Amino acid sequence: MIEVEIDGKKFQVEPGKMIIEVADQIDSGIGEIPRFCYHKKLSIAANCRMCLVDVEKSGKPLPACATPVTDGMIVRTRSQKAREAQKAVMEFLLINHPLDCPICDQGGECELQDVAMGYGQDISRYNEGKRSVKDKNLGSLVATEMTRCIHCTRCVRFGDEIAGMQELGTIGRGESTEIGTCVERSLVSELSGNIIDLCPVGALTSKPFRFSARAWEMEQAPSIAPHDCVGSNLNLHTLRQKVMRVVPRENESINETWLSDRDRFSYEALSSDERLLQPMIKENDEWLVTDWPTALTLVAEKLGKIAQEQGANKIGALLSPSSTIEEIYLSQKMLRKLGSNNIDHRLQQIDFSAQDSMPFYPGLPMSLEDIETQNTLFLVGSHINHEQPIAGYRVRKAALLGCSVFVLNPADYTFRFPVQDKCIVKPSAMPNVLAEVIKVLLEKGIEEPVAGLRELVNAVQPSEFAHTLAAALLTEGKKTIILGAIAQNHSHAGHIKQLADALAKMTHGHVAFLTAGANSAGAWIAGGIPHRGANKKNLTHPGMNTQQMLEARLSAYLLLNVEPGLDCANPLLANQAMSTAEFVVSISPYFCHKVASYSDVLLPSVPFSETAGTFVNAEGKWQSFKGAVQPQGEARPAWKIIRVLANLLELPEFDYQSCDEVYGELMQKVAENKADSHFSLSIPSYLPQTIVGIERLTEWPIYRADSLVRRAPSLQETVINDSPVARMSLDLANRLQLSADCHVIVKQGEGEAILPVELSDTIPDNTVYIPAGFGLTAELAAPFGAISIERSDS
Amino acid sequence: MSITLNEICFRTLHQHEPWTLATYEQADGYQALKRILANKTPSQEIVEQLKVSSLRGRGGAGFPTGLKWSFISPSTPAPKYVVCNADEGEPGTFKDRDILRFNPHQLIEGMIIACYVVGATDAYIYIRGEFYEPIARVAAALEEAKAAGYLGENILGSGVTCRIHFHVGAGAYICGEETALLESLEGKQGKPRFKPPFPANFGLYGRPTTINNVETFASVPVILMKGGNWFLDLGKPNNGGYKVFSVSGHVNKPGNYEIPLGTPFSELLELAGGVWKGRKLKAVIPGGSSAPVIPGHMMMDLTMDYDCIAKAGSMLGSGAVIVMDDSTCMVKVLARNAEFYHDESCGQCTPCREGTGWVARVADRIEHGEGTERDLALMTQVAMAMVGRTICVLADSIALPVVSFMKYYREEFEYHVKHKRCP
Ligand SMILES: Cc1cc2nc3c(=O)[nH]c(=O)nc-3n(C[C@H](O)[C@H](O)[C@H](O)COP(=O)(O)O)c2cc1C
Ligand code: SF4
Ligand code: SF4
Ligand code: FES
Repeated sequence: MIEVEIDGKKFQVEPGKMIIEVADQIDSGIGEIPRFCYHKKLSIAANCRMCLVDVEKSGKPLPACATPVTDGMIVRTRSQKAREAQKAVMEFLLINHPLDCPICDQGGECELQDVAMGYGQDISRYNEGKRSVKDKNLGSLVATEMTRCIHCTRCVRFGDEIAGMQELGTIGRGESTEIGTCVERSLVSELSGNIIDLCPVGALTSKPFRFSARAWEMEQAPSIAPHDCVGSNLNLHTLRQKVMRVVPRENESINETWLSDRDRFSYEALSSDERLLQPMIKENDEWLVTDWPTALTLVAEKLGKIAQEQGANKIGALLSPSSTIEEIYLSQKMLRKLGSNNIDHRLQQIDFSAQDSMPFYPGLPMSLEDIETQNTLFLVGSHINHEQPIAGYRVRKAALLGCSVFVLNPADYTFRFPVQDKCIVKPSAMPNVLAEVIKVLLEKGIEEPVAGLRELVNAVQPSEFAHTLAAALLTEGKKTIILGAIAQNHSHAGHIKQLADALAKMTHGHVAFLTAGANSAGAWIAGGIPHRGANKKNLTHPGMNTQQMLEARLSAYLLLNVEPGLDCANPLLANQAMSTAEFVVSISPYFCHKVASYSDVLLPSVPFSETAGTFVNAEGKWQSFKGAVQPQGEARPAWKIIRVLANLLELPEFDYQSCDEVYGELMQKVAENKADSHFSLSIPSYLPQTIVGIERLTEWPIYRADSLVRRAPSLQETVINDSPVARMSLDLANRLQLSADCHVIVKQGEGEAILPVELSDTIPDNTVYIPAGFGLTAELAAPFGAISIERSDS
Repeated sequence: MSITLNEICFRTLHQHEPWTLATYEQADGYQALKRILANKTPSQEIVEQLKVSSLRGRGGAGFPTGLKWSFISPSTPAPKYVVCNADEGEPGTFKDRDILRFNPHQLIEGMIIACYVVGATDAYIYIRGEFYEPIARVAAALEEAKAAGYLGENILGSGVTCRIHFHVGAGAYICGEETALLESLEGKQGKPRFKPPFPANFGLYGRPTTINNVETFASVPVILMKGGNWFLDLGKPNNGGYKVFSVSGHVNKPGNYEIPLGTPFSELLELAGGVWKGRKLKAVIPGGSSAPVIPGHMMMDLTMDYDCIAKAGSMLGSGAVIVMDDSTCMVKVLARNAEFYHDESCGQCTPCREGTGWVARVADRIEHGEGTERDLALMTQVAMAMVGRTICVLADSIALPVVSFMKYYREEFEYHVKHKRCP
């Protein structure tokens, strides 16, 4: 520890800290040192020169952001020398800055405006013409007004250092320096919106938010991001009961100061025209608006009748994995009290064979921050930067700290971090690769963790990748195998999981799941699964999983914020099951024509911004939030809808007065019997064969993942949002005599879709990537498996 | 004339094809290196000789070379680098060009010795892009040296490895600033880095790096051959040796003159043939365009060395002596100079990016008779507002000259404002 004195106050600090860091400590009592280029999360540029302070024994004023403290240093941030330097810099900054604050979106929250108040002069001595800079079109999310740029390079450094892709740079030099993309193009980073927050002036602002409100008119309400299992903390900015924009809420252990574009811009969907605002019932194929009592009574009667006459197991519930834990808990409680265990939130999955060996909830066996301390990470079936952008950023941090990242994927995704080695194979070959690694480990003398493993992997031929990875996994240090969406949704997800478990066991590593939606972990905990009740209660008669429910053609389906054709693994089957059901009730914030076509009752629920609730993130953090605005129209929080429905069904123990009570009841259960997440290792009985012909690969594209984001127009317009295509390698296209400008008929079982061909060198041979989450691809069946393809002449 | 010219970098200038290895070797070339390799002279001893010689950096800042070379030692963990600054961009300076053209081997020998001293195996020459002939000469010399076993692995059987790579710049003045040069060498935009850390700690690719000017390196072999004291005695205390002065402007014989430091300016002027057309000396910029101007009569009392010129309020800089006769419009000189720095600012620092243009515009306005009384004060104030507040000293390089021009030639600026023309 050394001692420094700043503005007369003495501090004991660690050497190496910059003056600005010391002064910025919350309780330092030092007024803010003005700054533009400095940002605690970015490297030091020291280019704006706004933070110049007076350091004793230094002739020149020194930048506080780039001057490390030394023992006995005496700093004055407000002496005449410091003020003179700061004023001079302010004057230089303003000579070319347009004075258009009244029409600038940054007005009221502009760092330049704030600092200018304290340091500027009233009259400009500069009477040369001001510089004007041509605007850049950066796509649908970030608006530019480059004449306002003060060249602090925060946005540039963000790309290089945080997002992991050099999207913006400085072009030209001296006075004609501009910030731009070199060749004009849109931003493709999934974290691009952060540059809006970083830009100290109004050069980069939110395009969707443009001119819609002034900073000082809005109120701020804390909330939790509703799309992925990271659970980023955010603030909703509201005006007159409307969410106007979303900004990150700092939480060092989760999202730091960042937010993914999906979490930032999906709010547009909160006030979508497609919001369902009144309960509706279908009579003679006509939708009629009705009141709540009528609608709920009808649902209760129908469900009661089916339960009584056909048996409760003819009723099934499909829940969005982004439902709150309270919604899920009540849904399963209602269903189970009614006598059915048919409940699931694992909409995108098809293979549930390993579900009994799953831990209490699938997630990270460590904290998000701990990802950064791993020495080896092995991503299996994961497009992490798109699936959980902030988790991807943590992997990037790990990699920059020296962690070796290995990848086994069915497509060669571009990651925002360096990859040590990768193995790109067609989807059906993935389990085999894991077997290869296990075989190498066995050959190296590692004991088989369960009997039969050696025999299982005996026939495989380890590739070079398997050798490299095995060697890496055997080195000392922390290692984690991350199973991503593709691993979980795979037609042999069970095999992949079991082999990963064995691999982890053999190398003293961990297996982590990064699951779909904002609350998969919560869904497991609350019992939103057919084989376990709330808090891992073992059931003697497990219910049906998503796939079984659809195959079984149940009589009644309860949908909680699910659009089966877009959210389910097998949309063809889902739509068929819904259409043939006797009774379908959809609880959703949205009116979807497809859902309406087979539903009997539509109950308007509210999105996360209008209800209290809790999401459990991948690391097991329970994060509760409150509604930021009133429910729109007649829409009601889903937990209330289910509670009343249960009352009407005359089910006991549904007397909750508030969401907190629901939370409390579940919490108590969890606290009472500590769920043990121990499970025994099991191995598959065979290794699946690699499909010989053409097979399908599916992802839910980043902005097609759930009903909310699908209704956010600005995200839909981004270039990284996939469109419904059949993407394949040039080799395959050549063999099939296809070209980039033609369409193909894709056949999968009974399903058939006509899609445009897209060529890409990221897709392995004999594999065709066809995204889910689109109406066009909802005519197809499972996300993986054999398909046939032929040229469409239409 | 009593001065002996050309003792150090230009010592072979009079010989036939002095740039060839043969000529250089005949003039005891590579002897210093051979001796060091044969005797395994400890680095410290070499550094000691350089300290004694009081050789100061010839690139502009005049930093003591021996001290600089002592920052990195053979025990500093590798990789580490030696870099030669051959970007010579300072207006008025053209000495490195001639060293590169006429004595490339002496530079190479100096660099190999530098590598030996700091324990680097790789060195780079960053050479100005417009230097067509020097580039060819250096490239040929490197080939010759490699073929003769002075460069490469296990040079002269000593077990020492030394490779020299060269990189051609793309014509930005700022790339002569050492950290901008390193950025550029790394393939990035040539923008100076904030210091500290200095290159000795965080240089090329973030590794310890010794960077010197062409003339600095080329002086080293002769110093080591003849001894630090010999070199020191050629000049004056704290200003050892000979230095090349590039004399340009209104003289009869513009050119490079390698003379002892401490030589009176009047003698240098005489060497250069005196002021041309029989005119009177008006002003001198003694160390390149970034050095403050000194009125002619003051200059006649000064000697050409770092300390004396600094005491007079300017700097010896790169040794570019720009001589102006009494027909010169000082307003125009400043306006032209300001425009150069405006054009060459890399633009990262607010004061430099905005200030250089502002100063240039005001100066231009005054020159063209559009200035006001207020502009005279404004120009100095804006210049002063830049000084000492930026990442590199490019901003100071125009700010300080502005102050000097206004100090000595204010009436000319006032005349322009009042009469809208030169006096
Ligand atoms: C704007 C600017 C331009 C410079 N240009 C050159 C140059 O062209 N050549 C050079 O040798 N040094 C130049 N320098 C000085 C270098 O930064 C550095 O001081 C020098 O290369 C160190 O070598 P020395 O110690 O041998 O002088 C420049 C400095 C500045 C600030
Ligand atoms: S656009 Fe904004 S963040 Fe980027 S350099 Fe300009 S002022 Fe800074
Ligand atoms: S002073 Fe000028 S040239 Fe030097 S770093 Fe700053 S902006 Fe660039
Ligand atoms: S904040 Fe320190 S120089 Fe910009």
